[in-house]
Amino acid sequence: MTMTRDTKVTYGLLALFGIFGPILFPDYTLSIAYLWMMVLMASTWDTLGGQMGYNSLGNITFFGVGMYVSAIVQIAFFYEGGVGEYTSAMGSIKPEFTQAEYFWGLGLGILAAGVVGLVLSVIFSSFMFGLRGPYFAIGSLGLAIAVAEVTITIDYVGGASGISMPLFPGDIEFRSTFFYILCFVLTIISHFLLRWLYSTQFGLAINAIRDDEDKAEAMGIPTLAYKRIGWAIPAFFMGCIGAVAGNMAGFIDKEVAYPIPTFGIFMVAMALLGGKGTLWGPVLGAIIFHVIKEATWTYLLNLQWVALGLILIINIVYFQQGIMGWLQTKYPERFGIVVDTGNATDADEKEAA
Amino acid sequence: MWDNLQLLFVWAPIINLQVILDGIFVGAVFALSAYGLALVWGVMNIKNLAQGDFVIMGGYMALALHQLHVPLVLILLIVMPVMFMFGWIVYVLMIRRIIDQDMFVSLLATFGLSLLLQQVMNLIFGPEVQTIDMELPVYDAFDNMVTVPSSKLITLILAGVIATGVIIFMKRSRAGQAIRATAQDPRAARVLGIDIDRVYAFTFAFNAALCGAAGVLVSIIWVIQPFYGITYSVRSFAIVTAAGLGNLPAVIGAGFGIGLFEKYTGAILGTAYEVAAPVSILLLVLIWRQIQMRRNRQVVR
Repeated sequence: MTMTRDTKVTYGLLALFGIFGPILFPDYTLSIAYLWMMVLMASTWDTLGGQMGYNSLGNITFFGVGMYVSAIVQIAFFYEGGVGEYTSAMGSIKPEFTQAEYFWGLGLGILAAGVVGLVLSVIFSSFMFGLRGPYFAIGSLGLAIAVAEVTITIDYVGGASGISMPLFPGDIEFRSTFFYILCFVLTIISHFLLRWLYSTQFGLAINAIRDDEDKAEAMGIPTLAYKRIGWAIPAFFMGCIGAVAGNMAGFIDKEVAYPIPTFGIFMVAMALLGGKGTLWGPVLGAIIFHVIKEATWTYLLNLQWVALGLILIINIVYFQQGIMGWLQTKYPERFGIVVDTGNATDADEKEAA
Repeated sequence: MWDNLQLLFVWAPIINLQVILDGIFVGAVFALSAYGLALVWGVMNIKNLAQGDFVIMGGYMALALHQLHVPLVLILLIVMPVMFMFGWIVYVLMIRRIIDQDMFVSLLATFGLSLLLQQVMNLIFGPEVQTIDMELPVYDAFDNMVTVPSSKLITLILAGVIATGVIIFMKRSRAGQAIRATAQDPRAARVLGIDIDRVYAFTFAFNAALCGAAGVLVSIIWVIQPFYGITYSVRSFAIVTAAGLGNLPAVIGAGFGIGLFEKYTGAILGTAYEVAAPVSILLLVLIWRQIQMRRNRQVVR
């Protein structure tokens, strides 16, 4: 992973903002936490949508499932009455978790959420990857709606009335800092994992699938296996961040867990705004989108959603290549696709051997 | 669930009649909006996710007109042209620019439109669930086991009239022929002197008008709310996918099919599952298509 000077400066600035942002503006800690969350969502969406060419509208499924899984784990491990009793009491039971119990529960919950998301994505991929192009998009949207509708019929997880999450032990100031750190760390992990993956053969393979799947298959790439992995990684991270988001919100129900018209579409919009199929596009898009969202929230109130819908339309209809795409065509020498000669000779040698 | 099954098939089979009638009533409305989607999809390859929001928009227009004491038939005659113009404007402003693009672009752009329409309707009409009360008599049969509100009968007749009109229009009129010709081969149609751009604009506007008509009927027999649109979009997609692309008559059959399926799911599993029904149908159809295609080592594209 060699970095140019520009990249190092960018990382430095982002790290400075990530560390000192919440210290300088403590009122905005949770807002910046949501910013990192959106960066994660857009970046992981881009693995599937931008790099692999499978435009999913259903990645939000794993987010919601992760939320519910972590809630179940957190309650089941440390509340002796069981999940059923907790949820049927509709929030009137407020078990006093000790700090150790809470943090262990949360850690296990986040991990379990990620793993369940991963397993779910593998199951989904057995019957979703025969769909191409728009059919995959519609199918995954249907999947998200179906999972959301099924969730609210299960009384074990509170049905339509939802679950209120265990209370955070400790004071409220530390609470937002704690969840901020969780979001920031998860985003960093996902970013560097994706950065590394895109530089390996895996990255080349999923790009080949995007460019021409039939040819990729004919060249001997096990496309289905790659597509499974390509969906499992976003699913894992969406599950983890879902678990964190559920605890941040404090209460989960269908609207919080499966925000299909909001986050479900925002992540696509952010990736497109920044430029899909690039590493930095989704990050940039998420930051810009979030800033616009917060600004319109403050100054436009009710018109915020109208403004966001307009941004989405204008972005897609008039400015399709995104910011990174525009920069790449405008300044190819600075932002263009770098031909990594080191890697190429490596591959050549392997082929020759 | 078992109780419901027994009720339906052992104790009181006559309730089946009620479920079937309800299914037909809603199926007729679904068929209208799905027909519009099938047209737009087949002719210009646009997958319109704002379909359901056009329906709800028509519903709110009807609601507003009803409060001004405009009679029902006149409401239809006002809403359809207004929605037609709206569709034309949307085409000129956005659809024209995405027509040659990647198909996902049309999906996402229309989703943006859907968000926008939802929010504007929410601002204007508020988030309450509303309906038009026509204050028409309700007919009973078989000891009140089967109730048929005459408003539903009227909407069924209206839907039938509109559908027949549309089919005759597509078959006989010059514009209908042009639309079908463009769907078959846009290039050849252009060579033969058809103004493709106008055909596209007309098709999209026509679709909006059909959705508006469906919306008027929905607001009479059902309820409307700014955010209910997405379920109509999903239903339309399920119907068109089930019917098979380019098979316009099958769309109407599939519309009634989905209506019946939804009502039966509601009657057997409980109304909580009624929303999940069309979605699961959509998924089942997509999976079934994949299995069919896999036999020939092909994929659904």
